[in-house]
Amino acid sequence: MDPTRSFQGLLLTLQRFWAERGCVVLQPYDMEVGAGTFHPATTLRALGPRPWKAAYVQPSRRPKDGRYGENPNRLQHYYQFQVILKPSPPDLQQLYLDSLQAIGVDLALHDVRFVEDDWESPTLGAWGLGWECWCDGMEVSQFTYFQQVAGVECAPVAGELTYGLERLAMYVQGVENVYDLNFNGGEGEDRISYGDVFLQAEQEFSRHNFEHADTEMLFRHFTDAERECQALLAAGEAEAGSNDPRHRLALPAYDQCIKASHMFNLLDARGVISVTERQSYILRVRDLAKACGAAWLRTAGGGFN
Amino acid sequence: MPDLLLELFSEEIPARMQRKAADDLKKLVTDALVERGLLYEGAKAFATPRRLALHVAGLPVRGRDIREERKGPRVGAPDAAIQGFLKAAGLSSLDQATIVSDPKKGDTYVAIVEKPGQETVAAIAEIVPAVIRSFPWPKSMRWGRASAAGASLRWVRPLHAILCTFGAETEEPEVVPFEVDGIVSGNVTYGHRFHAPGAITVRRFDDYVASLERARVVLDADRRKEIILADARNLAFAQGLELVEDEALLEEVAGLVEWPVVLMGAFEERFLAIPGEAIRATIRANQKCFVLRQSAMGDRQSGEASTADSPLPTAPLSNRFLLTSNLMASDGGAAIIAGNERVVRARLSDAAYFFATDKGSLPDLETLQPSADRLGLDLKKPLDQRMAKLDRLGVVFHAKLGTQGERVRRIAALARDLAPVVGADPELAERAAKLAKADLPTEMVGEFPELQGLMGRNYAELQGEHPSVCAAIEEHYKPLGPSDRVPSDPVAVAVALADKIDTLVGFWAIDEKPTGSKDPYALRRAALGVIRLVVENRVRLALSGTLAAALSANGVATGTGEAAPLTGDLLSFFHDRLKVMLRDQGARHDLVDAVLGEGMQASDDLLLITRRVAALGRFLETEDGKSLLAGYKRAANILRAEEKKDGEGAFSGAADLQLIAAAGLIEEKGLAVALAQATPKAQACVAGEDFEGAMAALAELRPAVDAFFEAVMVNDPDPALRVNRLKLLNQLREATRAVADFGRIAG
Repeated sequence: MDPTRSFQGLLLTLQRFWAERGCVVLQPYDMEVGAGTFHPATTLRALGPRPWKAAYVQPSRRPKDGRYGENPNRLQHYYQFQVILKPSPPDLQQLYLDSLQAIGVDLALHDVRFVEDDWESPTLGAWGLGWECWCDGMEVSQFTYFQQVAGVECAPVAGELTYGLERLAMYVQGVENVYDLNFNGGEGEDRISYGDVFLQAEQEFSRHNFEHADTEMLFRHFTDAERECQALLAAGEAEAGSNDPRHRLALPAYDQCIKASHMFNLLDARGVISVTERQSYILRVRDLAKACGAAWLRTAGGGFN
Repeated sequence: MPDLLLELFSEEIPARMQRKAADDLKKLVTDALVERGLLYEGAKAFATPRRLALHVAGLPVRGRDIREERKGPRVGAPDAAIQGFLKAAGLSSLDQATIVSDPKKGDTYVAIVEKPGQETVAAIAEIVPAVIRSFPWPKSMRWGRASAAGASLRWVRPLHAILCTFGAETEEPEVVPFEVDGIVSGNVTYGHRFHAPGAITVRRFDDYVASLERARVVLDADRRKEIILADARNLAFAQGLELVEDEALLEEVAGLVEWPVVLMGAFEERFLAIPGEAIRATIRANQKCFVLRQSAMGDRQSGEASTADSPLPTAPLSNRFLLTSNLMASDGGAAIIAGNERVVRARLSDAAYFFATDKGSLPDLETLQPSADRLGLDLKKPLDQRMAKLDRLGVVFHAKLGTQGERVRRIAALARDLAPVVGADPELAERAAKLAKADLPTEMVGEFPELQGLMGRNYAELQGEHPSVCAAIEEHYKPLGPSDRVPSDPVAVAVALADKIDTLVGFWAIDEKPTGSKDPYALRRAALGVIRLVVENRVRLALSGTLAAALSANGVATGTGEAAPLTGDLLSFFHDRLKVMLRDQGARHDLVDAVLGEGMQASDDLLLITRRVAALGRFLETEDGKSLLAGYKRAANILRAEEKKDGEGAFSGAADLQLIAAAGLIEEKGLAVALAQATPKAQACVAGEDFEGAMAALAELRPAVDAFFEAVMVNDPDPALRVNRLKLLNQLREATRAVADFGRIAG
């Protein structure tokens, strides 16, 4: 598949590129998340001593960014391609540049730059240093060395690459409107555009996000997810009297944290969370994320023996 | 003399940190060298996005030898003393010590310790790793395999290579050997990431700079800036355009490239309908590009009107922009330009959309009706709708000071009250205050907070507000500092004063005053703003009354005993700021103290204070002034001494003129007459706010005062004459108080 002719060609090229460099190629996590970072393959795997290399595409939901399909650049649902390498390899910048070459960005023609951008996720209790990667003045990727996740220092540090797939595809295809992207590489009657696939969804979900999402239900679901997360965290502890410090329900608990985060995003889009309340919701999600991270570190995946 | 060359090669260093990091590197290394006695002739540090470099010229090959004599105990001293001496001096036995005869103590042991000077190379090998490990980056990180361990190296971004050579010009320099967290020092660097990524072997600074230049790296940030600026001006000139210069942007852009290549792009003319400042903000903030304007020549020809107050200088923007790329592209930059144009177009589309949205009506207007009623807004107008929205959203200004809506209502009332004082129409002042914050919930200001005020003005003009209202909306934030322009339109002055005074009394009421270096709400700046607004517009404002009224609007009941101390405290805060301001302008702060001295009448009116200080300053420059001050000091000293004997207030009251006539000297009479004439004149002038006149009246006292001290002995043996003369001096002291407390004047 030519990465410059179709959206899926771009995606498949990136998958192949990183697969050839030793990454496990995962499929998207089957939950609504705001960014690829929320996938447990990044958030949780970034914690603990065990080496980890993974690449996957993750549909990302940003309810507030919906524009009813009318803005050529903004979507409430889009794709991120996520790569995580732990520990960060010494040639990570070069690997990234090689991946751009692989998808058709000629580095003798295009001005690629690493521009300071410190990354922080208040809801995940995470931060890192890195850059936004510019291609001819357009931000096409985020490049981050994780320093802390779920309130825990990363040891070793993981390097994270996040490609904005639609933007990159628009760039390599030379298209001004996201909905005009060629999705499948077909021509004439066989051509399927990004709009064919997603325009209706953008219109309907914008209506849902801004107008129809039942806020009372969302508040309830937020509280439910928060409670369930805490309950699972408690239930995953060893029974009283046992000396086994292992946690047995870290992953299911973290799913509930993801859920709470998405509920918060929807409530935020509906404009029913005031400025002062906003901070307290963010802190509630962060508390869940921190507790899940701490639990994960007491599992095999978290490197606990 | 040998040179040191050091380069720390890393992944991209944030542009804003580069200059300070280069300075820090230079200071830390050279300080450490000097501390070891290694003096140098010169040092210069450099930064590019991927490297910090330091050149230290003229170092010695080794430090000076140190010879030290340590005195020990007497020969035959107890063993404990001998052992202690040996240990302290680092000797293994007494054979290594010499014996010196001391005439008082007899024979004593002396240890001669000779330390050969440290090789400079060895010193550098110790200094540089220590500097790297403790480098003061504002934010640093760990990376890679090493970060699994606790105490791994931190750097701003991953550090890849260290180049460190030392040697004289005439010989092959050596690599200073050391290792930091697995990075071994060497003599290799790397060129431009894309043009010349290969390894380059370096000997010393000269060939280092030249090799880098061949490898498409301009080491010196100031040279990169010069190149960008010169190329930008030339490209603009060739198109009949002018660069809108922007030093902060230039500095940043020079920190984003190792090999600057300036290119010109364009956007559609239709985007020029967006206000110029917004175009500039979006292109600058998001794309780090420079904007261009029609050259002044073209402007004059087109007869375009320009407003002197507009922060965008005169001529309108053109639809071109300049980008600085880091690449000499094989197609001459066509693809880079095209790519940047796409992004600029998308950004300007967003800005155009924001602008259009802000000019249109909000949905659900009926929900805004209560807010509109509260604030007296006209919901048919877009900017009024935004203010109503700000009120309805209940956006908090400060947890203890209520919402933005409540604050705007207070400012509007205060602006209305202040309007007559500053010569503004009260209706216009109130209207301007009500719209002053209305642009905060607009899309445009949401995206570019730095456009607050400016967009409000724009939207106000579009809905046909009075020109003074439009100007006031933009300018009410001013002045933002000691050098910022002060608004002069009376409506703007009224709103600017109201905004700042409400802020000050609010934070005073909740006891959030500035302390030391902490002033999170910029209250000092607000007070200085009030002072400059008042003084430069010659506004006569009775400050305490205004402060008390504003306090009451902030919920502090006046007349309860709660408000008075706050007003007094705030007034002295203003006085302190005034002192700082006058001092910064070169005035003597003791004159401010003299004018504000206890019992002085001037403390409430900032304009009068400054005028009085100015007149006093000029007066004291004259011979009359200097002499009168000397006479005053002499009188005050005598009075102080005599009051100690006779008690405070012993000499108050008028001197007995009959006694003077009967038994006084001619000079005594002269002073009495002069005082009788000058004092009421000076007081009348002060009452009429003619400070120059008051000073002139006081100046008339000078000959009489001089003559008095020349001829008259104050402490006459006759007690009646003595008291009378002291009363005369006291009258002189009181006379000067009409203009200032001369006792507080230095010198």
